[in-house]
Amino acid sequence: MRIPVKTLAVPVVVLVALALVPQFAVDIPYVFKDTLNTPGTLQLLALCLVFGGLAMTYDLLFGFTGLLSFGHALYFAVGVYLVAIAVTKWHWGFAVALLFTALVAILLPTLLGAVSLRVGGIAFAMVTLAFAQAGSILAFKNPWGWTGGEEGFGTDYTKLPDAFVGILNTKNLYWLALVYAAVVFAIVRWVVGSSPGHVWQAIRENELRVEVLGLRPFGYKLLVFVIASFLATAGGVVYLLTQTGPSTEVTTANFTLTLLVMVVIGGSGTKWGALLGGVLYTWANQRLGDASSSHAVSSLPPVLRTPLQQPAFVLGVLFILVVFFIPGGLARTGRLRRALKLS
Amino acid sequence: MLLTVTGVGLGALYFLIASGLSLIYGLMGVLNFAHGAFITVGAYAMWFTESKLGGVPIWPRFLLGALVGLVVGAVFAGLVELVLIRPLYRRHIEQVLVTVGLGLSTTALVIAIWGNDARPVPAPAWFGETTTLAGANIPNDRFLLIVSALVVLLALTAFLKRTRYGLIIRAGVENRAMVTALGIDVRRAFTLVFAIGGVAAALAGVLSNVYFTTVDPGRGTSLLIFAFIVVVIGGLGSLRGTAAAAVVVGLVQQYANYYASSGLGDLSVVLLLGLVLLVRPRGLSGSFA
Amino acid sequence: MSGLLSVRDLHVHLGESHVLQGIEFDVPEGGVTALLGRNGVGKTTTLRALMGLVDRRGSIKLGGEEITATPTHRIVRRGVGYVPEDRDVFAGLTVDENLRLAERDGDPRYELVYDLFPELKERGRQLAGTLSGGQQQMVAIARALLNENRVLLVDEPTKGLAPLLVTQVADVLARVSELTTVLLVEQNLGVVQRVAREAVVLDTGRVVHIGPAKELLANEAMVHRMLGVGHAA
Repeated sequence: MRIPVKTLAVPVVVLVALALVPQFAVDIPYVFKDTLNTPGTLQLLALCLVFGGLAMTYDLLFGFTGLLSFGHALYFAVGVYLVAIAVTKWHWGFAVALLFTALVAILLPTLLGAVSLRVGGIAFAMVTLAFAQAGSILAFKNPWGWTGGEEGFGTDYTKLPDAFVGILNTKNLYWLALVYAAVVFAIVRWVVGSSPGHVWQAIRENELRVEVLGLRPFGYKLLVFVIASFLATAGGVVYLLTQTGPSTEVTTANFTLTLLVMVVIGGSGTKWGALLGGVLYTWANQRLGDASSSHAVSSLPPVLRTPLQQPAFVLGVLFILVVFFIPGGLARTGRLRRALKLS
Repeated sequence: MLLTVTGVGLGALYFLIASGLSLIYGLMGVLNFAHGAFITVGAYAMWFTESKLGGVPIWPRFLLGALVGLVVGAVFAGLVELVLIRPLYRRHIEQVLVTVGLGLSTTALVIAIWGNDARPVPAPAWFGETTTLAGANIPNDRFLLIVSALVVLLALTAFLKRTRYGLIIRAGVENRAMVTALGIDVRRAFTLVFAIGGVAAALAGVLSNVYFTTVDPGRGTSLLIFAFIVVVIGGLGSLRGTAAAAVVVGLVQQYANYYASSGLGDLSVVLLLGLVLLVRPRGLSGSFA
Repeated sequence: MSGLLSVRDLHVHLGESHVLQGIEFDVPEGGVTALLGRNGVGKTTTLRALMGLVDRRGSIKLGGEEITATPTHRIVRRGVGYVPEDRDVFAGLTVDENLRLAERDGDPRYELVYDLFPELKERGRQLAGTLSGGQQQMVAIARALLNENRVLLVDEPTKGLAPLLVTQVADVLARVSELTTVLLVEQNLGVVQRVAREAVVLDTGRVVHIGPAKELLANEAMVHRMLGVGHAA
């Protein structure tokens, strides 16, 4: 598939600019707490990129193929937990752990997807929710002490590649996250433009018509499911490296719903929407948390102060506002007027 | 026997929540993710009222708290429908998304105001005492759960069968467009159904305070997930299917938790859902959208 | 000249197709106006647009009042009765409940309804879903007759019915047309011949002919050209 140079120009420029970020000792007030190339800011940026990538994997299912899954968190959590468990509890080497996780990342969605995709619509959403819930319960119950229960555990960092360990190496983590987001972006773009990609979009529009054309939607749906889930697991591994260890937060239904929020705010089914949504949400979550302990907020009367100190509340309200007033998401604001007329 | 009664008791709790969900989806096509918020709001309203009635004897304190919880739940749900759902008429995806946002916001707000920890909820001691039934000692709160759910089931059935709005709702669940084509403004039925769902969910919140003896922010969400599973297993829009499914889910959860190991009960429920959907994608009662 | 119902430049888009492309016609007060055309030209969509059941653009006037932006339930309350193509009776409700649901303010005309359809009185407690096609059609028509409506929109009432029932429905329509204006979508030309006064013919989303029904039906060449072959008389 030949890609015209013009389409590549913008993404490549953005990529290069982002790659150079750790070199800039720049202060951006309000946007970031510290200077641009400090570990704190780089960590935040890395997280933004990881979730931007994760949001894109979710959008592949939801925005492009029209599959509303409430269990995407499961595959992300697999990435977070499996490597940590293999390395810390089973004392495997990092490379072996990675290979094992990759294998599971292909087999698990194939199996679960084959089961879930037998039903559509609400039933599919519920089944994915149920499977993810099962995973979450498993993580909480801490079988054989592997998952560490509600608090998780600390990964054995001696087993992790040196390049990613330690606060001085945060910029490596940042680059890793950048690579992840870029790879996800590229894969999603490539896959959406390919012939299975067109089938997916057709499935989203009208599944019956696809069947009438002699294609079996099931195979295509399973394919996109496995791809999206595999990439999510990859994101989980990157995420793990940015944290001290896994925790049950990433297994909850709430977490998948947060992904949905990211995708919708950014604009589902668009080129940049999910990435934008993931980055913005993660950034806002962190900065709101910082702001809540700031002087400006603490000096507000309790009625205003209390809700504002909970980032989740502010983001939830913003989400509702976006749904009401910017239904296409931020990536579609240019076409806002048309969207308003249609509704 | 204890297991069975507890299972049915939990089923009663799930039914209260699932019935509202089922009606709302059946009539309006909205997957109400804010239903957990109704539970939480009802539960916390009750706790808050009780905490303000410090010196009052326990029974009136409890009953007043419960009443306030129910009223707040109903009003909150009605307002949600009027302000957030109604303006998005016919935009189903946006309606679902708004309920997601509301669910997340409400839980966050509750955590912001009262913190993440569970708070004890005072209740009459009688609920903690046991009654002997067929040789087993059963805590009385189970009976409360079962009786409440039965009352609600009977009341709802009577409402649906005997009142004009009940007629409108039953017809609307089948074919919403045709109801409007008969000159009926379904939107009022929508608000009503939301309010009904709100009361039932708030009741579940109040009762869960008794059963768990505490109130906590995550209660609404965790109960909601089970309620969703019950609704799907029982068939969306069918009250009887929901009741049956709720009992089954409650029993499975209890028995598996006991005979297998704690925690496996929840897993078995999930497996049950998968099984039912694979064998009968339309749920137990066969009605599905 | 504008009639009881006046339609100008009506456009309806369903998904990607432009189903109605500027429909214009009048329904004169009194009697039956037949809306004719081959399958798929947009007859049912026109009725649904008049009812407000699909998004529409253009001008629809009922008795001189603009109803294009009016929601369905308000249109109905202005005196519009609807008998949809697939009857759409509520299967889970009894016959009685189906009728009761249709009651609006004022006096529901049960006497008239039971006079036309005595069977409905007998089968009052029966679930509508267990009725035969013909009986369901009776419920659908009865629903629209229960209130005093200025106009009835009736969509293919004889579809799928046995010949005896077709005659019964035609009889009912003839009686009803003495009481109310009717806009009738019908493929059965025999029924049209019997009850219709005016005819409006559609073809691919546009009006191609308006005129007295008898004249149109007498002209075999026109009938063949506009309505296609194979219509039962």
